[in-house]
Amino acid sequence: MLTVSNLTVGYGQSRVIHEMNFSLRAEEILAIMGRNGMGKTTLLKSLIGILPSRQGSILLGDKEISGLASHERVRSGIAFVPQGRMIFPALTVSENILTGARGPVEKSAWDEIYALFPILHEMRKRKGGNLSGGQQQQLAIARALISNPKVLVLDEPTEGIQPSIIKDIARALRQIRSARKIAIIVTEQVVSFMMDVCDRALVIERGRFVHEAPREGLSADQVRSLLAV
Amino acid sequence: MQSFAGFSLFSVLLLMALGLAIIFGQMGVVNLAHGEFMALGAYTVYLSSTVVHTYLPALAPYYFVIAIVIAFLVAGLTGWLVEWSLIRFLYKRPLDTLLATWGLSLIMQQSFRSIFGAREVTPTLPEWLMGSFKPSESIDIPINGVFVMGLTLALTLGIWLFMYRSRIGLQMRATVQNRVMSGAAGINTRLVDRFTFSLGCGIAGVAGAAFTTIGSTGPDSGSRYIVDTFLVVVFGGTASLMGTIASAFGIAQGQSILEFFLKGTMGKVAVLMVIVLVLMIRPQGLFASKIRS
Ligand SMILES: Nc1ncnc2c1ncn2[C@@H]1O[C@H](COP(=O)(O)OP(=O)(O)O)[C@@H](O)[C@H]1O
Ligand SMILES: [Mg+2]
Repeated sequence: MLTVSNLTVGYGQSRVIHEMNFSLRAEEILAIMGRNGMGKTTLLKSLIGILPSRQGSILLGDKEISGLASHERVRSGIAFVPQGRMIFPALTVSENILTGARGPVEKSAWDEIYALFPILHEMRKRKGGNLSGGQQQQLAIARALISNPKVLVLDEPTEGIQPSIIKDIARALRQIRSARKIAIIVTEQVVSFMMDVCDRALVIERGRFVHEAPREGLSADQVRSLLAV
Repeated sequence: MQSFAGFSLFSVLLLMALGLAIIFGQMGVVNLAHGEFMALGAYTVYLSSTVVHTYLPALAPYYFVIAIVIAFLVAGLTGWLVEWSLIRFLYKRPLDTLLATWGLSLIMQQSFRSIFGAREVTPTLPEWLMGSFKPSESIDIPINGVFVMGLTLALTLGIWLFMYRSRIGLQMRATVQNRVMSGAAGINTRLVDRFTFSLGCGIAGVAGAAFTTIGSTGPDSGSRYIVDTFLVVVFGGTASLMGTIASAFGIAQGQSILEFFLKGTMGKVAVLMVIVLVLMIRPQGLFASKIRS
């Protein structure tokens, strides 16, 4: 579904992601685990095109997207839920969702979104800035989903969010995957959430993957020890 | 009737300021050639008038309404080309943008001079626009003033509806809030910029059409209005439509009334002094503003 090869990304003089290789299978949920500052956000930003990559290739299906602008990548089928949500605070909830849509949105698409996140329907006329962190996270996911992605990319979706809502988000991600048959990449530091959602996990350290394990062979303690300083 | 002259001036200033404020508020670009887009609109009306009166005199009573639409399209299309060929290379370089748009204003003025001559021109306005209402002996309301005012209000409402009801309006509002996230949500922010610039210029073109009802058009007509337009925008702040309307109204009325009492430029000076005083107390303008960071 997504094949990343030899990807190098950095800021100015410094390199943050080093010649990285990985691929994402169809309908897979891949977790990328790593402590703060290990390069998770940098990697995801370069996938969506907010940060240019220095070298390497990003294939979405069989389309090379590494040279495209962000909005063109979204149109090719990758959607992004950034760290910190980045919803538009002055737009209403339904307007926020619409920013992710191209062309008119069918009633059935709204129904699907609101069935997944009923709270957003309740809040649809409120300003995004007035929502709680958990509600904003759901809103950011809804905004990404409305573009009908083949690959959904989420950056630390549980950061700063109440445990009860973290459960909801895990459930929503599994539901999205099975209903839409899409692949998902999610970066995380919370091991329990990872164990809840993923099929496979990669551990990132200083811009390189240092560990890979499928769901069955995954040991929470082992990942925890890799994440520990 | 001094106050009705003020209404026409208000209309022109408001439309000019709306265009300027949309471009500045959305894109952070100060368009020093904005006045020339107004002149372009005015010349478009003049050309339409000439063509219609020469070749299609039967259309003479109606051409003005169509000419307004053409003025919008011509100025808007020119704005589109200018953004594409010039402005888009200068984002994040405010000083270069100032220089470039100033240069553009000189080029446009010279083009007007070469094409239409240095003398001022006036379109032949349809007769129904020239009369006046006389609700009583002492009151005389010019129809062109009322028409221009109606046009301005309709366009202002139209812009508001466009910004708050259309998809591209939504994309403009998203882009001004968070440009990077807008791109990552799938919005083509470059296209939004081009569209925004073009829309602002188109509105200036309509201001030019309105202007032909109160003055004759010369190559430097636009540059005579640009300072007042900046005053309106600075005074009102770029954030709110109401701020721009109130500010345009205050400045246009203030100038018309004070010019009546003080004669000539003294009216302008008095208005300027009031504005400077207000801005000393509220540097962000009468209404708080938020621009792209
Ligand atoms: N805008 C930036 N400019 C320079 N360095 C940055 C910038 N953003 C992040 N970094 C550096 O890149 C590294 C990885 O950061 P990041 O990708 O945000 O990590 P994570 O998301 O895993 O916490 C860190 O060392 C950080 O200091
Ligand atoms: Mg991060």
